[in-house]
Parts: sequence; C-alpha cells; structure tokens
Amino acid sequence: MANPGTLAPTAAVNAVNPDLDEPRGPKPRKALSRTNIMLYGTLIVVAMYYALPLYVMVVTSLKGMPEIQMGNIFAPPLEITFQPWVKAWAEACTGINCDGLSRGFWNSVRILIPSVIISVAVASVNGYALSMWKFKGSEVFFSILMIGAFIPYQIMLYPIVIMLREAGLYGSLTGLVLVHVAFGMPINTLLFRNYFASIPEELFKAARVDGAGFWSIFFRIMLPMSLPIFVVSLIIQVTGIWNDFLFGVTYISSPDRYPMTVQLNNIVNSVQGVKEYNVNMAATLLTGLVPLVIYFASGKLFVRGIAAGAVKG
Amino acid sequence: MTNSVEIKNLDLSFGAVKVLQNLNLNIGEGEFLVLLGSSGCGKSTLLNCIAGLLEVTDGQIFIKGKNVTWAEPSDRGIGMVFQSYALYPQMSVKGNLSFGLKNAKVPKDEIEKRVARAAEILQIEALLDRKPGALSGGQRQRVAIGRALVRDVDVFLFDEPLSNLDAKLRVDLRVELKRLHNQLENTMIYVTHDQVEAMTLADRIAVMKGGKIMQLGTPDEIYNQPRNLYVADFIGSPSMNFLEGALEGGAFRVDDMVIPMDDYEFAGPQTADRPATIGIRPEHVVTGELVKNAPLQFEVAVDLVEPMGSDTLVYAKLGQHSFRIRMDGQARVKDGEKLSIGIDPSRASLFDKATEDRL
Repeated sequence: MANPGTLAPTAAVNAVNPDLDEPRGPKPRKALSRTNIMLYGTLIVVAMYYALPLYVMVVTSLKGMPEIQMGNIFAPPLEITFQPWVKAWAEACTGINCDGLSRGFWNSVRILIPSVIISVAVASVNGYALSMWKFKGSEVFFSILMIGAFIPYQIMLYPIVIMLREAGLYGSLTGLVLVHVAFGMPINTLLFRNYFASIPEELFKAARVDGAGFWSIFFRIMLPMSLPIFVVSLIIQVTGIWNDFLFGVTYISSPDRYPMTVQLNNIVNSVQGVKEYNVNMAATLLTGLVPLVIYFASGKLFVRGIAAGAVKG
Repeated sequence: MTNSVEIKNLDLSFGAVKVLQNLNLNIGEGEFLVLLGSSGCGKSTLLNCIAGLLEVTDGQIFIKGKNVTWAEPSDRGIGMVFQSYALYPQMSVKGNLSFGLKNAKVPKDEIEKRVARAAEILQIEALLDRKPGALSGGQRQRVAIGRALVRDVDVFLFDEPLSNLDAKLRVDLRVELKRLHNQLENTMIYVTHDQVEAMTLADRIAVMKGGKIMQLGTPDEIYNQPRNLYVADFIGSPSMNFLEGALEGGAFRVDDMVIPMDDYEFAGPQTADRPATIGIRPEHVVTGELVKNAPLQFEVAVDLVEPMGSDTLVYAKLGQHSFRIRMDGQARVKDGEKLSIGIDPSRASLFDKATEDRL
C-alpha cells in the first residue's frame, strides 16, 4: 500500500514541473469568456430596466418640491426629507377626508385578513375533498369550478352588484370579502387539489385503516405535509387581494371604506392644486410595501411550493 | 379449521369494467394466504375490498363470522401494510405506531405497552423517536408492519410489502415475515406478483387472472398439479415447456414422438382421445448419467446456454420445438452440441387443448 506521506510531495513536484503540463483536474475557465459577457450583460440590462423606476420613485419621494421642480429626476436628493412620506400616510386629501393613506391601509387590512383566511381555508378543504374523497359528480363539480376561472371578471361585475344589493351587502366590506373569497376559489382549489393528488394514495389508505376520518386525516396527516402549498396560496391571495382595484372601486360605495389602492388612485389623480410628485411617489411605495414584504419574506418557500404543485400535480 | 375471512360471490366493477367476478374464497384461522398474479389481475383490488378501502358492487365479506361488507376499514379488525410503507412523515416512529390506537381511544398506558411490545418483536426499539425520513427501507417496512401489529388485529393484509426493497433485504424480510407468522399465528393475506415469495410464505396460494381465481391450493399442488395451462405457465422460472399434440389411446403424440402416459395420474376419468398440450418443467428433465434410468429418452440439439452460477439453463430443440432444460451449474454444454435427455411422464402435466384444463 502506498504511503500518503510520500505521495503528497510527488504530486507537488508534478504540479510545478512544466514537462508534465498535461490536462489534469478541473478544466480552467476564462472569467471573461464570450458567454459570460453576454450572460452578465443581459442580466445587468434587464436588472436596470426593473430597478431604475424604483430608484426614481425612492429618490423623488425623498426630495422637497423645489428640488423636484429643478427637473433632474435621476439626481439623488440634495436634502433628504421624510415629509412627503408623512404627508402621504397621514395628511393627503381624498374628497373630504384629509387623513392620508392610513385610512385606506386599515380598510385594506380589514378586507385582506378575513378574505385570505376564509379563501385559503375553504380552498384547502375543497382541494383535499376533490383529490382524496372523490364522490359521485366530483369531477363535474371541479370542472364547473374551473370554468369560473376562465370567465372574464368584467362579465360578472354587474350581476354581482345586483346580488350584493339583494343580499344587503352592497358597499360593505363584508360584501367585498365575499367577492374576494369567491374569485380566489378556482385557482386555489386547483392548487390544493393538485398538491394533495401528489401525496401517495397509500398514505391516505393507511390513515383510514388506522381509523382516522375526514377531518382527522386532513388536520393530522395532510396539513403538516402541506406547508409549501399553503405559503403559495397565501402569497397569491395576499398579493391578489391587496393589489385589487377593480372590485374595490366597484363594490365599495363610500370613500370612507375604499381600500388602499383605490385611495392611492384618488390621491394621485386629484386635480386640485399643484401635483405633489414626492407625495405621490411615497404613497405608491407605501401601497406596494405589503406585497413586497411578503415576497421577500417567503420567496424561497414560494418557489419550492410552486415547483411541488406543478411537477407532481 | 374455522374460517377467518370469508368472501361470498364478490363482484366489483369500475363502470363497465368488471375487475372481480363472482369471487368466492375462504381463508382459515391462522392461515397464510398469498394472492398471486400478474399486474392487473385484481389481487390488490381484492385486498382493498377486504380492507374496506373499496366499496364492492355485489357480494359479501365476513371476518371472524361477522358481516363487514359495509363496515369502515378501522372497524374490521384488520391491519394493513403497503408497498410504499405509507408512514406518516411528520410523526416519529412512535407516533406512527400509536396513531391508530389514539384514534381508537385506547388508554395511554395500554398504548405504551403495545408499542413497546411491537417494537420488541420487530426490533425497532432504538428507532422509536426517529422520523421515517431517517430510516432505511427495511426499517420503514418494519415500522409499517408494527403499525398493523399494535392494533391487535385478527387479520393482517400485506399489499406487496417487499417490492420496494432491494433483493437482499427482500429475502431477509421474507424470512422474518414467515417467522413472525409462526410466532403470532394470525391470519395473513399477502398480495404479490413474485412467485418465490408466494411459494416460500404461503400455506395456500390463490393464483388470480382477470378477476378470477384460477387455482387455490398449497404451493406443492400449484407447482406439481397446476389445474390449467395459465397456472402451469405462470408458476415456475424458467417456465414450463409446452408441446402441442394429441392424446391418442393413452399416449401423447407430438409429430412422430410418442410419450406413453400409463404412469400419469389423470385428474378425472376423461381419457378419451383429443387434442392436448403436455407441459414438462425444465427442472424435471434429467441429463447425463441419470438418462439411462429415465422412462423416456430423447436427443436434443443445444441452441443457447445461459450459465447462472447455481444452475445452467439450456435452450435446445426437441424435433422442431424449442425446449428449455435446467442443468447443474457445473454442466459444461456448448452451443450446437447434441444432448441426451430423460423425461418422466408421471411428473408431466397434461392439458386439454380446447378448455386448457388439466387432464
């Protein structure tokens, strides 16, 4: 057997010996190859394309109005001021209310939380039942649900107005929550159904032999296995509902109850006085903050969940 | 022997497809019954019906004399072991073992006792706090067996439990299963497509095809007296040699060969002349010194030789029929060689060509 103590110096000698300069070990790669230049060049251009508007927004929101009127939108602020942010949050006027976006923010929160909780809870049970407890007509039921996902919202806008009015919910936050839950149902049910369908059937059978029922299997076996898909569903719902403008403007009748997006639109589009670009930018950034935080916080889980649902489903 | 599981006139269809047809089966107390068949023969379906995981279209199922046709799986007194182990991934081994007992509201100290006993029998005491992900395939299947064990059931159902294991482990666990059956003396119903598992484990084997039981019998009966052509062909590896000819005046004739069937035990009195097929197992053909003593001798031309270590499989031509012969592992045979072989007609199987039933 060779002694490693004697082998190591030999290898070192070989490495510096030019006579033994034949290919060995990892192939050396050029840092500035044509491929790399193309690759990183494209990446940088695309990244700039997306980052530049964000940069402009941030710097503009930190400038005072006189500085903005000088016209150089790319210049960093000479004097940083948080006044526009404060104004956007607490003082900007829409209609008769002058308490800024904070009112819209809390409205949105009050819409978001029940909508997300109810839609994710119902969709997960839907998906579970449709994949594990197939009943007569379950496929038909699922198809009908899927058709719902393909009908353009515009077609249903007015019928829903009538339905909500008849139910006495038109203009209320409850009505809007109901609409969000209903419209989130097809895609989220599909998501959960595909995910649960990817869980081995034998696991479900084993649980049945072990005496677990519908809810027991759902809560004790399936739920602990499905964190990724819950995260995906949560993100889809949070961003979708937070970013919604159409339903908010259609089904909420009073400016007091407008969600943040609608209020943002009203602030930015108000025609009175000077256009306060810095306040508008700050207001827009404030509105986008929630989805942004959600993405940053759960990006990795999101990708994993999407992949799990897509590949195995 | 009292019946542990009784299946009466069972039918199961998915839409227009009949998966099980008028199936009757009695399984004795403490019996190890293997359901054997190729994929799609309905063996797993039958097991799922017994477990209550599939609703039957017609017929009845009794376990320990109780009609359980409509009963929930957990109320049938069965434990089931699956091919893919089907362990709950988020629970520890202990959690997996006790899940069914908790559902059945068994008192805590009783759960502890039963889990400890099952762990001892299966030698998994050291693994109780691990998650299934941290176990090897063999350990996982042991836990899966343990999950059935703790529930103190009358009948164990196994759905191809060894198919996901590698070859060596499969043999080890097979031996352990047999030992476990000897120790527990429970009724066990075991589904497999592996005839070696079936032959080694079973008290009785039910060979299934197309939703019907082709033959139900001891491994010895299945191997030596296959009741029809399908069973004869399915059991045995390499499979039986078949020669098509006719039964005429108490002898089997194929081309110009005559095989006298005087010593053959006919299954019934139906010995009238008719077209027939004779089946001869490759391992029942003798060569070398033994040929002299054989009742019947032939000469064959060797076509191809497959040495397998323990024995040698020779593909030869008998007349113009291909014929497989299983020889000793030390046999040195070359392609194209002439070989003398001996056959004992009393060990052969004779089938009616039209009905494919044993004569």
